[in-house]
Amino acid sequence: MKSLNLDPQIFWKTIKELGYKNFAGVPDSSFGNAYQFMIDDPEIKYIPAIREDVAIGIASASHISNSKGGIILQNSGLGNLINPLTSFNLIYKIPVLMIIGWRGYGGRSNDAPEHWIMGEETTNILDIFGIPWRSFENNNYEIIEELTEKIDELSIPGALIIPPGSFI
Amino acid sequence: MIIRREAIEHILKYINDESIIVSTTGMISREIFSTKDRPSNFYMIGSMGLLSSLGLGLALLNKDKHIYIIEGDGSSLMSLGTLPLITYESPINLTHIILDNEAYESTGSQKSISNKISIANIAKACGYTNVTQINDKFTLDKYLKNLNEFNGPNFLNIKTSIEKNKNIPRINLSPTDITDRFKKYINE
Repeated sequence: MKSLNLDPQIFWKTIKELGYKNFAGVPDSSFGNAYQFMIDDPEIKYIPAIREDVAIGIASASHISNSKGGIILQNSGLGNLINPLTSFNLIYKIPVLMIIGWRGYGGRSNDAPEHWIMGEETTNILDIFGIPWRSFENNNYEIIEELTEKIDELSIPGALIIPPGSFI
Repeated sequence: MIIRREAIEHILKYINDESIIVSTTGMISREIFSTKDRPSNFYMIGSMGLLSSLGLGLALLNKDKHIYIIEGDGSSLMSLGTLPLITYESPINLTHIILDNEAYESTGSQKSISNKISIANIAKACGYTNVTQINDKFTLDKYLKNLNEFNGPNFLNIKTSIEKNKNIPRINLSPTDITDRFKKYINE
């Protein structure tokens, strides 16, 4: 898949400037070098959460402590988020920035069978629950702020979706 | 074995007003709410199993305050992976309390698995700084009197009986009321 030439440094700088410095999550190959950039950044506190639901639990503590929290995950782990989202974040109005790697992006020929269905349904699942999302099509960094504005306006989680190979 | 309401009354008697309590879905939150509602209580009314991760996040962000996670055996078993994550991060300001009645009481007291499996032993294996199993009120009182709030993470497994009273009042705060009140408390 062709790279979108996203620069991990600009990506995390943008996210930090929007106030997100507390992260938890489960890694995904879609993030490429951007994962290591986050780990190496002394301004970002990252908790290796072991599961996606645990990650959103940890990240939710940020909002109720008057800060901002985010999670990283592979879209496969979106399945583990359905209960926390529907029974907690959406009804308590607790926002979290969800950075989701989009395995199975662009059709079945691009990825392994375990990613086919979730690859096709990721954005539909988010739409079912009214969760705002944006995905990178080129190096359009402005979608990050568009999304966080929507997250603040609705006070619910929102998803930034990263197709594999997006980062340089 | 201790009556759960009495266990909760004892715990709330010793916890100072600045400390944060997060409590799990079902009867435990309802009983805490009806025993002593406080602005620093956060009731998680759904999403069983999610509580301990929220408690961990709060402990890491609010180091000047002590965080009490209060949940049941079913809830802790549902998210067992959070136990080693708590000890991996090892916040000293956290006490994890299990009210262990060996059953899913909120759904009709169906048996869980903690009559055969010791949750305290699992916590020990995970490396909590202090792990205590409590079976009677006297020992609970003694433990709470001597608890060093900033020498954790502490783990307390309290064996409780099945509650006969099925009319514990519901929490009359909406989920967003709970969020807003807690945020205000943290801001002060």
